[in-house]
Amino acid sequence: MKRGNIKLMQGNEACVEGAIAAGMRFYSGYPITPSTEIAEISAAKLPRIGGKFIQMEDEIASIGAVIGASLTGLKSMTATSGPGFSLKQENIGYAAMAEVPCVIVDVQRGGPSTGLPTSPAQGDVMQARWGTHGDHPIIALSPYSVKETYEITIEAFNLSERYRTPVIILMDEVIAHMREKIEIPDENEIEIVDRLKPKDKAEDYNPYEINDGDLVPAMASFGEGYRYHVTGLVHDINGFPTNDSKIAESLINRLTKKVEENTQDIVKYDEYFLEDAEIALIAYGGTARSVKSAVDMARKENIKVGMFRPITIWPSPEKQILELAKTVKKIIVVEMNLGQYYLEVDRIAKKSTDVYKYGRVNGELITPDEILSYIKEV
Amino acid sequence: MPKKTLKQLQVNKEWCKGCGICVAFCPRDVLSIKDGKVNIEDIDSCIECGQCELRCPDYAIYLGGKNK
Amino acid sequence: MPSQIVDDYFRTNSLPHIWCPGCGNGIVTRSIVKAIDNLKLDRDKICIVSGIGCSSRASGYLDFNTLHTTHGRALAFATGIKMANPNLDVIVITGDGDSAAIGGNHLIHAARRNIDITTIVYNNNIYGMTGGQYSPTTPRGDKGTTAPYGNIDTQFDLCDLTTSAGATYVGRSTVFNPKLIVKLIEEGIKNKGFSFIETVTICPTYYGRKNKKGNAVDMMKFLRDQSISINAAKKLDEDKLKGKIIVGELHKSIRPEYTEEYKRLVNSF
Repeated sequence: MKRGNIKLMQGNEACVEGAIAAGMRFYSGYPITPSTEIAEISAAKLPRIGGKFIQMEDEIASIGAVIGASLTGLKSMTATSGPGFSLKQENIGYAAMAEVPCVIVDVQRGGPSTGLPTSPAQGDVMQARWGTHGDHPIIALSPYSVKETYEITIEAFNLSERYRTPVIILMDEVIAHMREKIEIPDENEIEIVDRLKPKDKAEDYNPYEINDGDLVPAMASFGEGYRYHVTGLVHDINGFPTNDSKIAESLINRLTKKVEENTQDIVKYDEYFLEDAEIALIAYGGTARSVKSAVDMARKENIKVGMFRPITIWPSPEKQILELAKTVKKIIVVEMNLGQYYLEVDRIAKKSTDVYKYGRVNGELITPDEILSYIKEV
Repeated sequence: MPKKTLKQLQVNKEWCKGCGICVAFCPRDVLSIKDGKVNIEDIDSCIECGQCELRCPDYAIYLGGKNK
Repeated sequence: MPSQIVDDYFRTNSLPHIWCPGCGNGIVTRSIVKAIDNLKLDRDKICIVSGIGCSSRASGYLDFNTLHTTHGRALAFATGIKMANPNLDVIVITGDGDSAAIGGNHLIHAARRNIDITTIVYNNNIYGMTGGQYSPTTPRGDKGTTAPYGNIDTQFDLCDLTTSAGATYVGRSTVFNPKLIVKLIEEGIKNKGFSFIETVTICPTYYGRKNKKGNAVDMMKFLRDQSISINAAKKLDEDKLKGKIIVGELHKSIRPEYTEEYKRLVNSF
């Protein structure tokens, strides 16, 4: 371990560091608490490393510019919080439909509406999945430490490039503003994934044609000589709009399948004391820190509990949650909302075990003590 | 006289939607609408000014063919 | 067989286009490629970015890098493209509703930045794609399906708006005068900064029918008769200019361009 690589930083800073390590060279954003440091740090760093930073006139423009920049080949990111995340939804759907890689960071805060701007929350879990209209794939990741924020941001870029889809990083105010020691890995230790480029000559290139059984088409950048069309309308393999119901069905199915069929390649999770657990706590992001402490406290009292922590929120680690449900007597989902991920866990696990929820929406953290009490109650 | 042929008025009836703009603004009354499509009525009067091509919204009338 | 210019620059297998008989959008679109042809630009470096609406369908017919975005957002996407790769020539095609209503914020801020994008508005004074609702450029008193008793709103002058917001090249023409459209677009593309070209076009199907403006030919004649050049207009008082369409180069200025400023910043380190 090189001493110089050990740094003290907050989650928002780790997010930018991870993004730059992943190859981010374009950032556009709009100021919003509690994500603003991501824009500020990007503004300071990107011009110095050959990257581009622009503060746009609003949240919608920020995601629009990100998509435009990504089409020229630059790895691009924007960051926001609840209200801004709502505003960006239409264009997140556009990125999903047109298959433009990009990363959207949502540092969750209390809602709905302006809500509690400086307080943590995890109320955007379902918005991340279903915020835009129509059926579409999405990948959402939620880090629970500063170090993991760094790693997850790299992963987010890799997944967005690999699957040509928007990837959402669901942070929360706890992780965003918490300072921790992290070790920045050497450049050559970081795995970087780049989008698949076309092998065809420009005249043979069909921008939405898939090859070799891969559900993800190769992507040319604007300006490289492949003059093609990109639209949010249902389109054929050439990118041109069509009303053909067969083409519409096959496109939407392919978009969905490219994530669904690769769920096991995408999902990441963490397990803590689950081997002999009778009760499994499921938590993610900042809340998982309290849950981890609660597990430690419970174990001291010989209560057999453990924690399952999805790092990939969407697609959900369905297989793993189902396995878990078969081995434990009860599952408790702990989250800073009134039971959003609970709905997903309950859907997967309810046939095998009882699923309970413990949530909070008043802007205060859920403490280990109260989780322990709830474990005893259940 | 191949040059003359190249500049000659061409009509693509399949693309014509029969709006009549070319007919109305032709300075020499060369054109008409027949069966809902543009029709060259009097090619001899055509002075190859290209006004019809400039204002045809459907690219259905133009001077000259493809230079091959 | 299409004309040379159409064959060269259009995706001819996607023609004929979806626009109604007599719609002026095709005239503007041809004028855009004529300007590009005159300037001998590298077509691989041209990005045409459009929003949503009748006008914004133009991008799909053109053989460049083309991006058909979400409603009102063409300039936001275009800003990302230009910022990411300033070597690209970025042209935005938009409509009056797309640019002045839902995308109004992006329009004024792109002008304020003076980012090197040429924006061409197809102004047909109505929302055509959705069937004829009044738009920010529908004249006061005129009808739309959502203004059945006449529009009580005030019409936006988009050239005044973008001039005030900081555009460095602003011009207006009508589809009666495509040669002027071509000239303005050429100058707009050549201008290193934000250029705004308003092309007053005709929508016989909705705006025309709703307001008893006659057929496409009548509407073209109206544009011809109401147009007045900026130089002639300068000699007339406001009363005489009422209802007139002032055409020509309306504004030119010199100001730092955004991506150049960014480059300057980077070079200062």
